[in-house]
Amino acid sequence: MTTDVLHECVLGDSHGQQVLFVPKDRYIATLRKLIDDSYTMCVDLTAVDFLTHPGRTLPEAIAPERFEIVVNLLSMRDRTRMRLRTQVSEADASIDSAFDLYPGTEAMEREVFDMFGITFNGHPDLTRILMPEDWDGHPLRKDYSQGRIPVQFKGSAS
Amino acid sequence: MGLVRNVMDDGLGGLEHNFLTGRIEDVVKWSRSRSSWGATFGLACCAIEMMATGTAHYDLARFGMEVFRASPRQADIMIVAGRVSQKMAPVLRQVYDQMMEPKWVISMGVCASSGGMFNNYAIVQGVDQIVPVDVYAPGCPPTPETLIHAIETLHQLIEDGEIMSRRKATGAGANVHIQEIAAGTFTPVVLGKR
Amino acid sequence: MSDLLSTVVSAGTFEGNQELRSRSELTAKEVMREVGAVLRMSEADVALLAEVEADPGEDQTMIINMGPQHPSTHGVLRLMLELKGETVLRCKPIIGYLHTGMEKTGESLTFMQGGTNVTRMDYASPLNNELVFSMATEKLLGIDGDIPERAVWMRMLLSEMNRMSSHLLFMASNGMDIGAVSMMLYGWREREEVLRFFQKVTGLRMNHNFIRPGGVAADLPAGWRDDVLEILEMLGPRLEEYDTLMTGQPIWRERLQGVGVITRDEAIALGATGPILRSTGLAWDLRRDMPYLHYNEVEFDVIVGSYGDAFDRYAIRLAEIRESMRIVRQILDKMPGGDYRIQNKKVTPPPRARIDESMEALIHHFKIFTEGFKVPEGEVYVAIESPRGEIGCYIASDGSATPYRMHVRAPSFVNVQALPHMMRGGLVADAVAVISSVDPVLGEVDR
Repeated sequence: MTTDVLHECVLGDSHGQQVLFVPKDRYIATLRKLIDDSYTMCVDLTAVDFLTHPGRTLPEAIAPERFEIVVNLLSMRDRTRMRLRTQVSEADASIDSAFDLYPGTEAMEREVFDMFGITFNGHPDLTRILMPEDWDGHPLRKDYSQGRIPVQFKGSAS
Repeated sequence: MGLVRNVMDDGLGGLEHNFLTGRIEDVVKWSRSRSSWGATFGLACCAIEMMATGTAHYDLARFGMEVFRASPRQADIMIVAGRVSQKMAPVLRQVYDQMMEPKWVISMGVCASSGGMFNNYAIVQGVDQIVPVDVYAPGCPPTPETLIHAIETLHQLIEDGEIMSRRKATGAGANVHIQEIAAGTFTPVVLGKR
Repeated sequence: MSDLLSTVVSAGTFEGNQELRSRSELTAKEVMREVGAVLRMSEADVALLAEVEADPGEDQTMIINMGPQHPSTHGVLRLMLELKGETVLRCKPIIGYLHTGMEKTGESLTFMQGGTNVTRMDYASPLNNELVFSMATEKLLGIDGDIPERAVWMRMLLSEMNRMSSHLLFMASNGMDIGAVSMMLYGWREREEVLRFFQKVTGLRMNHNFIRPGGVAADLPAGWRDDVLEILEMLGPRLEEYDTLMTGQPIWRERLQGVGVITRDEAIALGATGPILRSTGLAWDLRRDMPYLHYNEVEFDVIVGSYGDAFDRYAIRLAEIRESMRIVRQILDKMPGGDYRIQNKKVTPPPRARIDESMEALIHHFKIFTEGFKVPEGEVYVAIESPRGEIGCYIASDGSATPYRMHVRAPSFVNVQALPHMMRGGLVADAVAVISSVDPVLGEVDR
């Protein structure tokens, strides 16, 4: 992937979309700079668990970790989108919360916490949002099974 | 109009055209089936088709069911329309318990009947794991015609009394339980428990 | 009394920290946040509040619970409101009652089957969900520039008809929630006509699984133009009737004007899109500002409100039905002939008749429907304008036949966050009007 540099982070391109690879310690600072660049709306904040696909394509400077936080930003002035990808390790599954910059990420971060177990430092109300309060485990992790029950069909061999 | 000459002599045979006789049980069952009201339990896509069944084109009012009562105390039939998630299951049971006897349940759609296409951690695989179901309506979502067919099947079962006699045999569901409260005592009302 | 409480608590419906906690348990900072201060005060001021003791409240506030089973909410949305008399002080939506694990299920379904899963998220406009998923898959495959013209215009036609049926559903449920119960019957009557058209074209009234990667599943049936013209002719005068019934009516205006006000900066900060954002005065519509399909070749207006209240959102959706009708008329003229799906044997299955004739066609059909086609490694985010706002699909692929991670950015999930801000200071009856004007579909909120 051909890369560039923006705000001291590696800027890549994925099918014509800008992707910024931000290290965890400069996550909030980069978001602040992007807000000044007119990326005023945070459209989506989600995460990916790369446990069963560790060999994904990344720019050379980026060390892959188990989790990736993916943030999609939108600039209405320039009509462009920017995607941020931040590596989060399994040992320290936490990252700063973007709530103070984008209040709309409150529910999105709660969903990532509920589904992946990544904690957000500084989030005002980090509780589960989709699963019941006493649920064990984080469903969207790759080591969490889908929970299928075996289905018996009449006349099937098994 | 027959004229009763002498009841003592002719008995009730002397009365013509003035009476309809029947058993009370039949009349009660007939009226229950013709005027059952649904409890609103629309959850997902099936709720949209349930609403479509209730509105002008498919018109549930001709079957006596146009009124969907919000309060479970005033409802007879609970149509579970949609997928029941883990968080929703206790709420479903609570609403079912709050309904007054006699009550019936239609499981609308494949997600309510068996978990549907979502065979995973989040969806209860069939609402009959939580409440006793009388009629299952398949489809994803069932068209309004299918839902009407399911409702009419239930109405026929109510009218025939099959459900009541079946439940009497197994002891589940539509029997009337009376618990006498002695005068002068105070019994707290406990929700969600039988 | 505590026995009763503990019984209710043990009934299994108590959601612990997800619920609204009483003021006595919170610090001042949290109370102010729930009251919306984060949008109105500077960071420094909010930080100072963390030092301050929360005032214990005058004990005249009451926390009540609306839902999750409630006739006025659009599905299983649970709201906890803190009331002082009839005024809403704080509100907390609790969601998750319809969580279906669709993103997890999506990881085990092939890209061809993915449409069946995604279409059930926003079940009021299912074709839009399928469209965004198909567009994301096509981008990953690299074929998004090669979709045949007819397929693109068919997708636009179906997407706009779906916008019409979704907005008619809004008119019906909004009317019923405010009290105009006959609007419920009228809205559904109109919707039946559109659903009948969908049944003719796609085979199903809802959850069609018709827009698939590569194009659409089948061609338009004969006589479709007459059907569409009939619908357009019928809808025009009926929309005038709704105007008479509601828009000019004093009771309707009293109930909706000034209710649920949100400002432009608040909406952008919260990520709210769609009619909510447009009601604040910002003319942002992805169809015009970041066009996809061939929306840059049709003429339509973007409807904008000025007060950011519930009445504006109602009027915007009513006008958007008219704009969709205008677009559909233009599509009727511009619909080209040709293929309805890309002729790439690896992606789209062959026509059924050819399976009897050609061994190759049989093998391709078999492989596509059992194993699925493999999608190259990569990740992509595609967004379109659904009736509720911006719906986006983020797919990360690892080169196999199933998505590695499939995430849908649901507009209602983000719009529901705006509810507490809109309800604060209003009456309980207005709470119902506000939820109705946001028009959430809980299927996509919870996924």
